[in-house]
Amino acid sequence: MRRIRVAAVGAVTLSLVLGAAACGGGSTDGSGSNEQPKTLTYWASNQGSSLEVDKQVLQPELDKFEKQTGIKVKLEVVPWGDLLNRILTATTSGQGPDVLNIGNTWSASLQASGALLPWDAKNFEKIGGRDKFVESALGSTGVQGQDPAAVPLYSMAYALYYNKKAFADAGVAKPPTTWDEVIATGKQLTKDGKAGLGVEGSNLSNNIHQVFVLGKQHGADFFTADGKADFTSDGAVKAVKQYVDLMADAQIVAKGNAEYSQNQSLSDFAKGKTAMVLWQTASATFAAQGMKEDEWGVVPAPVQSGAPGTGTSTNSMVAGINMAVFKNTKNIDGATKFVNFMTGDEEQKVLNKAYGSIPPVKSAQTDPAFNTPGLAVLRDTLAKSASALPQVPEESQFETVVGTAVKELFADAAAGRPVTLESVKAKLEKAQQQMPKK
Amino acid sequence: MTTTAPPRTGKRTVRKDHPGAAPRTRRPGRLRRISLPYLLLLPALVLELLVHLIPMVIGIVVSFKELTQFYLRDWSNAPWSGLDNYSLTVDFDAPVGEALLSSFFTTCLFTFFSVGLCWLIGTAAAIFMQETFRGRGILRTIFLVPYALPVYAAVITWAFMFQRDNGLVNHVIHDQLGLTDSPPFWLIGDNAFITLLVVSVWKGWPFAFLIMMAGLQNIPREIYEAAALDGAGVWQQIRRITLPSLRPVNQVLILVLFLWTFNDFNTPFVLFGKSAPASADLISIHIYQSSFQTWNFGTGSAMSVLLLLFLLVVTGLYLLFTSRGRSATDA
Repeated sequence: MRRIRVAAVGAVTLSLVLGAAACGGGSTDGSGSNEQPKTLTYWASNQGSSLEVDKQVLQPELDKFEKQTGIKVKLEVVPWGDLLNRILTATTSGQGPDVLNIGNTWSASLQASGALLPWDAKNFEKIGGRDKFVESALGSTGVQGQDPAAVPLYSMAYALYYNKKAFADAGVAKPPTTWDEVIATGKQLTKDGKAGLGVEGSNLSNNIHQVFVLGKQHGADFFTADGKADFTSDGAVKAVKQYVDLMADAQIVAKGNAEYSQNQSLSDFAKGKTAMVLWQTASATFAAQGMKEDEWGVVPAPVQSGAPGTGTSTNSMVAGINMAVFKNTKNIDGATKFVNFMTGDEEQKVLNKAYGSIPPVKSAQTDPAFNTPGLAVLRDTLAKSASALPQVPEESQFETVVGTAVKELFADAAAGRPVTLESVKAKLEKAQQQMPKK
Repeated sequence: MTTTAPPRTGKRTVRKDHPGAAPRTRRPGRLRRISLPYLLLLPALVLELLVHLIPMVIGIVVSFKELTQFYLRDWSNAPWSGLDNYSLTVDFDAPVGEALLSSFFTTCLFTFFSVGLCWLIGTAAAIFMQETFRGRGILRTIFLVPYALPVYAAVITWAFMFQRDNGLVNHVIHDQLGLTDSPPFWLIGDNAFITLLVVSVWKGWPFAFLIMMAGLQNIPREIYEAAALDGAGVWQQIRRITLPSLRPVNQVLILVLFLWTFNDFNTPFVLFGKSAPASADLISIHIYQSSFQTWNFGTGSAMSVLLLLFLLVVTGLYLLFTSRGRSATDA
């Protein structure tokens, strides 16, 4: 009897173990089903000033969707820092949400994993067609020539925010339009413990956005046309050095900025400690920090010379959030309906107004609410002078390794160590060799 | 002596008295005796299998695979890459190996100082607390607070305190005491090592203190009294009685502290985020970055396997030497 019991316990254990091992193997079934047509799980990225704010913004819209379709959407707002890891885990385990937000720069990387539903013509048709979206926003939804892995939800662009009072006090008549002017103006403004410009030296993604744009201005892309890492080209080295030199050489950035990674540069700006900051759609954050709308101004981010435009006059990356569907969803029809709902005119206006972003949906973009002076700058930048980050599967690694290299260079600058073309090149070389071999 | 017969002898007697019945009635009892320990161990074994062994085997398998984002969804079918991950990891002239080696040395140095200081402070505090004095209970509770606090909450508080411009540390040493010309950075650059060490020791020494206190309770007071009568001073008592008596406790304590510190992930991760400064780039963070930040899970796994081998060898040697030393002194 007892032996049988022992054997039974053993068998149960073994089946548990094998079951667990099999679960770990990840589900590899093809596209989604309609097994659970009444519910959806939605991972929203944190867009507002807190997770609570996001819930307050999104929940009424989700209730509206439930009323229209009878589908209940379970919402989870995921903090930005956790989102990519959560997606990776969901991808390997096969246990993810049905619909999720992704940073648009990750599109190609996540597309490579094969976990996201491809938006082919048939799927696009269900949400009103590809033409409903602004072309530049579609530029960061996946590798060119392949069906997008996601659709654009909120669009953002970089601009130069400046403190009007600080400018008036220092006798600066107009905001800078070129980098030379940024430095000259910054020097005028850097005094009495205040700094001309704020940066987020330890924020890897932000570092990447800034040096990518500067790279474009120096004719460098960080990836070759066939998708190989190319971090050490002259243009790339110059771009990184130019960015770090704002602290190391021009000294218009306070040294403390080297350790910023939690948007402290925005707080500094709101408190009047720095006079300028290069940011994407920052108005909601400034308002949340108690700054009144007439206290700051917005102008296009600087270029090397002339006016912003495509090519070497690029002055922003195409920033924004995309919406994707996990391929193995058990409510594929509901998921597509939900994407259609969220990218519909009405929701686009509500949500983008709440987040201070620009609708990537053409018809919603014409709403007068997005034509305020501040938002018009962002809209024009997106339309005319923004470039999408390289749409290669290794984009996510690029953010990590080059972002870290820039962070280390800022640390050098803050410690008073020289930042030279050689030291920049060495850091970028090291970063490039850390990229996985194809 | 003979009145309380041990059970074994008793068993034999019974068998002699009832030769035929004994095997039938006793066998289930014996089976129970034999299988009971295994049954009791079973839950732990199952959990051990699920939590440690299976992931470990998967990790070893992955270390021989080319697992990047391209195979993430169907990772068990990622192509085999032979020893490529290992050769990349141990090629110390190339950046991946070079960075790993530097991270390894940083971790060794960090572990040496952290374990050493934890042990020293823990032991000193435990010996100090042997004396009875007013407020001893309260002090003992305060000493254990860092050990009782949730790691994340404690370390994030340290991270705030070490901020350059708004942190308490610089407020004290720069603003109030004027010890530095300009406020130093603690979370980036070379000082990050010191920051990490401070937080690690703050977090780790109460455990040493707790174990040492337990160890000290086991030393009979009479030995100290006898030594005092023979004229031994406090320092001599510590050196000749306390420390030798604590040897077995120390052996375990140092090993545990070593393993915990060497593998510590939470402290650097909460302090520095996803990419630690080079001076504080502990191996656990380094492996995390290689796996989860650059999505090179094969290489990350190879690094983990090498780390596991290293820790196994060090632990084995440590146990060999310390137990050899102990048997020599015992003899």
